[in-house]
Amino acid sequence: MTSENLVYFIALPLFSSALLMLLGRKADKWGHIFATLVSASVFVLGVMEFLAMRDRPEESRALTQKLFTWISVGSFNVDAGLLLDQLSIAFVLLITGVGTLIHIYSIAYMSHDRDRRRFFSYLNLFIAAMLLLVLGDSYLNLYVGWEGVGLASYLLIGFWNQKPEYATAAKKAFVANRVGDFGLSIAVMIAFAHFGTVSFGGIEEKVGGASETALTAMGLMLLLAATGKSAQFPLQAWLGDAMAGPTPVSALIHAATMVTAGVYLITRSNFVFDNAPNAQLAVVIIGAITLLFGAIIGTAKDDIKKALAASTMSQIGYMIMATGFGPAGYAFAIMHLLTHGFFKAGMFLGAGSVMHGMNDEVNMRRYGGLAKFMPITTITFGLGYLAIIGVPPFAGFYSKDKIIETAFNAGGVQGIIFGSTALLGAIITAFYMTRVMMMTFFGNKRWADDAHPHESPFLMWAPMAVLAIGSVASGYLLYSGKAIVKWLAPVVDKHHHEHTELLPPIVVSALAVTAVLIGVGIALAKYRGELSATAPQDVSIFTRVARRDLLQDDANEFMFMRPGQKLTEVLVKTDDKVIDGMVRGVAASTIGSARGMRKIQTGYVRNYALLILLGALAAFVAILVVTL
Amino acid sequence: MNLLTSMGALPLLGALLIALLPAANTKLIKQAAFAVSLLVAGVGFAAAFGFDRSVTEFQYVERFSWIPALGINYQLGVDGVSLILILLSVILVPIVILAGWNESENGRFSVKTFYVLILILETMMIGVFAATDVFLFYVFFEAMLIPVYFLIGGYGSGERQAAAVKFLLYSLFGGLLMLASIIGLFVISGNQIGRTMDIEGLSTLQIDATTQNFLFLGFFIAFAIKAPLWPLHTWLPDAAKSATPGTSVLLLGVLDKVGTFGMIRYCIELFPDASRTFTPLIIVLSVISILYGAFLAIGQKDIKGLIAFTSISHFGFITLGIFAMTSQGHAGATLYMLNHGFSTAALFLVAGWMISRRGSSTIAEFGGLQRVTPIMAWSFFIAGMSSLALPGLSSFVSEFLVLVGTYTRYPVAAIIATFGIILAALYILIPVQKALHGPTTPGNENLPDLNKREIAAIAPVIAVIIFLGFYPKPALDIINPTAIDTISRAGFSDPAPVVGGNK
Amino acid sequence: MNPTNYLYLSAILFSIGAVGVIVRRNAIVVFMCIELMLNAANLAFVTFAKMNGNLEGQVIAFFTMVVAACEVVVGLAIIVTIFRSRRSASVDDASLLSR
Repeated sequence: MTSENLVYFIALPLFSSALLMLLGRKADKWGHIFATLVSASVFVLGVMEFLAMRDRPEESRALTQKLFTWISVGSFNVDAGLLLDQLSIAFVLLITGVGTLIHIYSIAYMSHDRDRRRFFSYLNLFIAAMLLLVLGDSYLNLYVGWEGVGLASYLLIGFWNQKPEYATAAKKAFVANRVGDFGLSIAVMIAFAHFGTVSFGGIEEKVGGASETALTAMGLMLLLAATGKSAQFPLQAWLGDAMAGPTPVSALIHAATMVTAGVYLITRSNFVFDNAPNAQLAVVIIGAITLLFGAIIGTAKDDIKKALAASTMSQIGYMIMATGFGPAGYAFAIMHLLTHGFFKAGMFLGAGSVMHGMNDEVNMRRYGGLAKFMPITTITFGLGYLAIIGVPPFAGFYSKDKIIETAFNAGGVQGIIFGSTALLGAIITAFYMTRVMMMTFFGNKRWADDAHPHESPFLMWAPMAVLAIGSVASGYLLYSGKAIVKWLAPVVDKHHHEHTELLPPIVVSALAVTAVLIGVGIALAKYRGELSATAPQDVSIFTRVARRDLLQDDANEFMFMRPGQKLTEVLVKTDDKVIDGMVRGVAASTIGSARGMRKIQTGYVRNYALLILLGALAAFVAILVVTL
Repeated sequence: MNLLTSMGALPLLGALLIALLPAANTKLIKQAAFAVSLLVAGVGFAAAFGFDRSVTEFQYVERFSWIPALGINYQLGVDGVSLILILLSVILVPIVILAGWNESENGRFSVKTFYVLILILETMMIGVFAATDVFLFYVFFEAMLIPVYFLIGGYGSGERQAAAVKFLLYSLFGGLLMLASIIGLFVISGNQIGRTMDIEGLSTLQIDATTQNFLFLGFFIAFAIKAPLWPLHTWLPDAAKSATPGTSVLLLGVLDKVGTFGMIRYCIELFPDASRTFTPLIIVLSVISILYGAFLAIGQKDIKGLIAFTSISHFGFITLGIFAMTSQGHAGATLYMLNHGFSTAALFLVAGWMISRRGSSTIAEFGGLQRVTPIMAWSFFIAGMSSLALPGLSSFVSEFLVLVGTYTRYPVAAIIATFGIILAALYILIPVQKALHGPTTPGNENLPDLNKREIAAIAPVIAVIIFLGFYPKPALDIINPTAIDTISRAGFSDPAPVVGGNK
Repeated sequence: MNPTNYLYLSAILFSIGAVGVIVRRNAIVVFMCIELMLNAANLAFVTFAKMNGNLEGQVIAFFTMVVAACEVVVGLAIIVTIFRSRRSASVDDASLLSR
């Protein structure tokens, strides 16, 4: 079915963003309200579309809209077209719903910032770009949104870019994302060369005729793109630094929505991955590595936002891993993505609330015992905590449990390896999240002298409360009667694969709950007592490595930055000395030979006369020689 | 109506008029020059609207016998590619005049001379793109050097004279090789179809492979110097560093396009077989240019030098697209010429304002400009984003077309070239961070933001960059027929998709 | 008389003139030597005209005289000017080009 309304999803926030930028300071008074209203109206639009979609029969649920012909050269035709189907609507609701809550939260959180209007303009830009990402009907349209969210993320991470390290963090995020974009570009090129089209529908139609090599190459390139955007190994290093942005940004972009774009990309490309088992295996491996990688970093971080960022990385690792299991996993990946959107955004907002009350302190070693002073924050954060570690019946239990189950059901050695990895991840998750809880809200006070913790204003805790409700209920709502699996099936599981069950679900759930209990138990044992306000220095090499983010920055510096800088230096020298040197050499040799020739010009007439005479004689002799 | 001749003659008449104005009244001179250039732009738009997009022949054709003994005609006409480039020239000239309102005042020659030179240059630019007689093209090609030489040497900064001489000698060297090839063509045409310099006539010649290769090289080296392609590029950074920002815009934005335009119009049309022979070599040089230009841009400390090297990288993309010999590559390359003109113009103009305010062109001397001069900083940022080909801005469309067009024929080259997009992020974001972000560098606290004139100059450029990013159709409609026609006449067709399309 | 002898005379005169130009420093003398060379050439032309029985050589001799006359006018003017400014007629003093 076609629709005329999809364009408003993108046009409204884009217009609002541009308006707030162009009006400048004139819009300072009402900019934030306006932006929030725009975001809310897009959310309402999303809800209406969702309700209408639910009432339509399954085969006519997807809506399309062709706006105009974007690029058309020869056989390369790309329309600016939008596609709203069961998969995109889930994202639309998440983006606009959580987005609106975070707009509201930011009104209070950013109230003292002189550039609040600019902040809201960026937020609207982000909403527009992210909606374009999930609504685009071809890889190239998706690409526009893909880089658009990268730009918004760059601007927001660097929102306080007068601090050099924040500006560097923004740049790092953009460059890491560009490495991912490299993969997406190549994937689009492969798609065009093989299928003659870059639209999802067009490729899906023809995918059967392509060789597995081509599909594997395309899949791996899409995976590279996903690792960049979703902070997966080996392009994960930017996410921790991205916490330089204001906390609402971390909640919206670097937890709930943008970083999950990689999961969307792989799910959307299910027709490619389902026919390329090797690429799928790579996806699972990357997801498994990252879920442990992030979790381990999470155990060592004292900065509350960086601990949550590491956790995000790890949770997205779960989602990526789930997408790698094909039709069995897509729905659960998306489900975990949605529940994660609720509880992680809620926790980030909670962290922002704590920082708000503690003079922007982020070091958890300077917190402690805050539960008494911030009851609402503690409760909302606590509900999110219960959800993420996977305590039944909170949201995370349903989604994570299903991913672990899918991993075991993959069968064979693989199933056991990945299933155990996921279980191990669950133990570590429970450990580090309990650690965050204990260090922040319980235990002894370790505040700075000028800290006066207080509960945040209504505009801040209300969104937290809504998200907390989501953290409690979303899992049950999404999974009751396998709702999400059935809802997404027309997009990700067209052929109705039979999913084998090697282990009964109840066994897996029991394993998962046991894992949680182990993790919580260790953490409680370790962080129950008095803690010092500074991080202990006499720690094992493992802790030190984990504190340095498992040497991710050192590795990048060693492998790319240093050689790159060296290469640049060498090339600059080469250009100057060798290439331009040759040019200057020609000039210098001309001047040199001219200097030599000048010596003949003595200025004495007789010398010239003699030379003329000699020349005449030479000519004469030459003529004689030739004629005789 | 002789539209092309009128368009070309108008700036020349304007130059004459300005020469008659009193030299002391600089304001009147500037206004007159601006008015003339606007008028020319108006004629340019009229030509674009009257252009028939459905045919591939030359349009607005004019033909007068010039030197009958040698078969040389005064012969003009435009196809899609030349129309786009003429449009680019006539739009950029008024913007350059408006943006660099004061840059003529510290030169060795008078203010009046500056504008006379600019308008003469505009005539030459229109002529070089409109000429359809090889000899006439050559005359414009060489005559163009004269005003530029004086603009760099007379009004630039730093080692301006050395840079001007370097530019002139490089270009003359290439021009000389081209002249040799033109004489060769003349001789061959005399033997086969009677003396002519008409490019449509010349393209029907049957030339044996060896001769064709040599003639091709004569043209190609001249164009590769102009474009410039690695390793013939070293004049560009020097010239760009020394010239005034306005001159640099015209130099990089329009003049260098003569090189890539020449490759399409002369190298491929006249010597299709030789083009095929040399394609692998040129693809390699293009890819080297892309990466080499990008790395050197990252290593630059001078902001003008940085922009110059980014252009070398971009010209690598353009030549890559041209010699990929697919319709996507060709159309992308032509569109890239247009888009590069605008994004480089934006970068150079804003950089010029930054430099004139700060009194230095070293990137490290700036810092924290986003707080002090937000409008200037944003203009620079958007121009930079366009340079790194952010989707939604115009360069993305062309860069992607080039890459996708190259991939269908030369996947390895396309993949290596795609690394350029990562380097692009670095060479734009590093100066953005150094100049716009961070704490405000001492001495920059009171820099004034852009004034109304400057905003009026930069706004249309940015508007075009954004508009063509979302809706490149108007430009592509003009370019496509010519691009597809050129490819098919050179004997190529687009590779078909691997999976047969039974759509 | 054998016309070849005139040619020998012409060659001798030309050589004397050439040596004079090379070895003498006084501008006037150099000048005279140039005249000598021109006239040696004239003699050769006339001789050839006689030998071949046509007038072309004679015509060219007249032509040379005209050129020589012009040259005398310009050359003497230069020499006089140089003498005025330098108080010397030595050609070596006017070696400005080497500087």
